[in-house]
This record gives sequence, C-alpha cells and structure tokens, in this order.
Amino acid sequence: MSETLFDIQVLVNGMLRNGRVPARRLLSDFLRHDLQLTGTHVGCEHGVCGACTVLLNGKAVRACLLFAVSVDRQEIVTVEGLKNVDGTLGAVQQAFHECHGLQCGFCTPGFLTTVSAFLDENPHPTEEEAREAIAGNLCRCTGYQNIVKSVMRAAEIRSLAKS
Amino acid sequence: MKPAPFEYVHPTSREGVLAALAESGEDGKVLAGGQSLIPLLSMRLASPKILVDINQVPEFSSLKVTPSHVEIGATVRHEELLNSVEARKAVPLLAQALSYVAHPVIRNRGTCVGSIAHADPSGELTAVLSLLDGVVTVESRRGSREVNGVDFFVGPLESAIKPGEVATRVSFARLPSQMGTSCTEVARRHGDYALVGVCVAILLTDEELVDRARIALFSVGPTPIVIDVSEMLRGSRSDCQRWQDAARFIASSVEPETDIHASAAYRRNLVEVLSNKGLKDAYESALKRMREGQ
Repeated sequence: MSETLFDIQVLVNGMLRNGRVPARRLLSDFLRHDLQLTGTHVGCEHGVCGACTVLLNGKAVRACLLFAVSVDRQEIVTVEGLKNVDGTLGAVQQAFHECHGLQCGFCTPGFLTTVSAFLDENPHPTEEEAREAIAGNLCRCTGYQNIVKSVMRAAEIRSLAKS
Repeated sequence: MKPAPFEYVHPTSREGVLAALAESGEDGKVLAGGQSLIPLLSMRLASPKILVDINQVPEFSSLKVTPSHVEIGATVRHEELLNSVEARKAVPLLAQALSYVAHPVIRNRGTCVGSIAHADPSGELTAVLSLLDGVVTVESRRGSREVNGVDFFVGPLESAIKPGEVATRVSFARLPSQMGTSCTEVARRHGDYALVGVCVAILLTDEELVDRARIALFSVGPTPIVIDVSEMLRGSRSDCQRWQDAARFIASSVEPETDIHASAAYRRNLVEVLSNKGLKDAYESALKRMREGQ
C-alpha cells in the first residue's frame, strides 16, 4: 500500500524547514532522519525516558509522542537550538558542562530542553522544584545529583547574564 | 516501535470532525493529545485505520469557568487546567488530581478530556469524574448527548463513547463552599501509574461537622469505585476514631487484584491507609475553604 504523503512546513531552531512525510512519521524521526538533526535522541520511544524532549511553541514535549504532520506550521526548538547565537554553549549547556551533569550523554538532550523550558517559566527554582522538573527524564549514569546542581547553576548563569 | 500505516484527517471545524467520524465508523479513532494513544500505536497494541486529529478545531480548546461550572473543551491540555487559578477555586479537586498525572512534559500535550475518554482504571481524572459526577458531552453527526460520570465508564479502557462519536467537553459543577476535596496516591515512581489512589469529597455542616463524605478509588477495580461513607462519618470532627473505622470499612468493601506491580493484600492495605489520609485531607481542605469563604 502506498501511503499518502503530507507536505509540512515547520520552524525548527529559527529556520523554516519543509518536509514530505507519511502521517505516521513521529516528530522524533522527522527531526533525526528527514532533517538530520540527530541531537534529539530516541530512547524508549513510548514517552517514558524523556531523551527525545523538544520544545513545541516554547513548551517541552516528547517528540516520540507527536506526529510530524501535527506540528505543521508550528515552532520547534531542539537541543541544537539551545546554543548562543555566536555558537558558544547556552546557559543550560554551560551549566551541565561545569557541574558534570552528564556522563554517557545519551539522556542529555532531553534534560537540556526540559530544563530550558522549566527555567523560562521558573527562573529561580528551589532544589526541590528542580528535582520535580526533571522527574520525567531518566538518566542511568549520574544518579541525578549533578544534574540537580546543573539546573541550579543554569538558573544562576541565566540571572547573571540578565543583570 | 513505529505505528502501522493509517489514514489521517485533520478537520478544522466541529462539523468536519463529526463528518469524518461518521464516515470512518468502527475504523476511526480520535487523536487529541496522543500521550496514551501514540504509545499504543507505536507498540502496535492498537492500529486504527483512520485517525481523526481534532487539534485544529479552535472551539475544542476552550476552557470556561462560569459561576456554576468548569467546562473543559476536548483539547484543553492538563497543564492549562492545572494552572488555571479560576478552575482551581471552583473545583479544587481538578488541580489536586492533575498534579499526579504523569510529568509536566506529558501534561503539556495530554488533554483532560482525553484522559477521561481513554478510561484507564488507573487514571486520576477518571476518579474525579466519577466522584463529582461530572458530565461528558458526546457528539456525533446524529446529535449530541450528555453522559453522567456514574454512567461513563463501562470497563477498563472502555467508555460510553460509541463508534462515530467524540467527547467534546467535560463539565464539573462548582463545588459548594463547605465542601473540601483531596487526591492522594502511591506509585513506584512519581508520575507513574498509581498502585492505588483515592479522591475524596467531604461536605461540612455550618458547625464544621461532617455532613456527607464520598470516596473514589482508582487502580483498584476495572473502573473507578465510588463509596459513600456519609452514614459512618456524619457529625465527625478530624480527631475522631470514626475516620479509621471508615477507612477500614472502605478497604473491606473492595476486591483488588494481584498483578506484577502489587499483590491484592498490599493494595487492600494501601486502600485503608490512603482512605484514612484522603478523608482527613479533604476534611482539612473543607475547613480551609469555609474559613476563606470561597
């Protein structure tokens, strides 16, 4: 059976990208396979691990729990879009680097996007709020201590940058 | 882990959705937030022939808090309802229960009406609907009908929605100012499916004594179980032995099952412990509401 293809246009990391996809193409696969944006990782592919988290119109969502066709004419930010305009590490990336918030790095893209959206809404979180914010992301290396530190540090870097 | 092929339609109006569902009949399935449906498709536990995406219908995203009701449209996301101060004032149980629904990232996309239509027996919102007897508006091209919360759940993952129909709205009556509510659950991991959960609503008299008390249990049976313990608790205050007796009575009147997550005996124990806590929390919440005069 030949599948119907849909033409979609998505604003990804500030660039307008066109695609032609079957309806069942997951957003995570669209980003990785069609757009070659392999920073978004695919772990469990059923919404549990959080590795594929991206921002849809500024809100963190699971890319494996969305069809690419349903984000037509909407805005996506992936981990590739978190760097500063001059190409240096963004605040959250910098914080994870400084605090050793990653080991193998597989889960990291999901943490970076989740934490970025979280700090947009809550720029000065408590440690408890930081833990709650990352509760939906699995990391099997770090034991989370350094990730929590990274979230707190990212908040600090962001508020320093603003002052 | 990829969904099987399906036909996809994304109408932009209510009429378009109803026409697409009428045409697809048994083969059609509604896609709202997709946070439960898409995993089922990816694991190929479900493979509907036609998906009707309702996310592009502007009127379905309406959340209204009127003097008498909270009316939740079909594509209102969990997070939006959770963050609505007005809705929280009118029906505090909604926010109390929503904070247990998955994680914030899932709640950004998942819909409240979808959680109810999915009829998962471990869903927090299914218990809220049953306890407060919310009303689900179900529409098809033949017309619209309203289903009361008590009649909505037929079995696990099975609701009163028939092929060709879609739940377009769920509405809850504003709670009286002398009513308090609570939601509490135990899960292996926060955000995961509850092993057992309870929602409670307690109505107080002017003298701050219990007048009515009802509890809804989830993850305990094929559908939410509502038990009225008003007779046992009428006239009580929070420091009374009768709370423990009521919790014991609730635990003795359910027949939970053993599965890989928990044994029946453990679940029954959880029902007692959580009922006791939930009843007291709801009583405290009622006192607070009365004193704040909401």
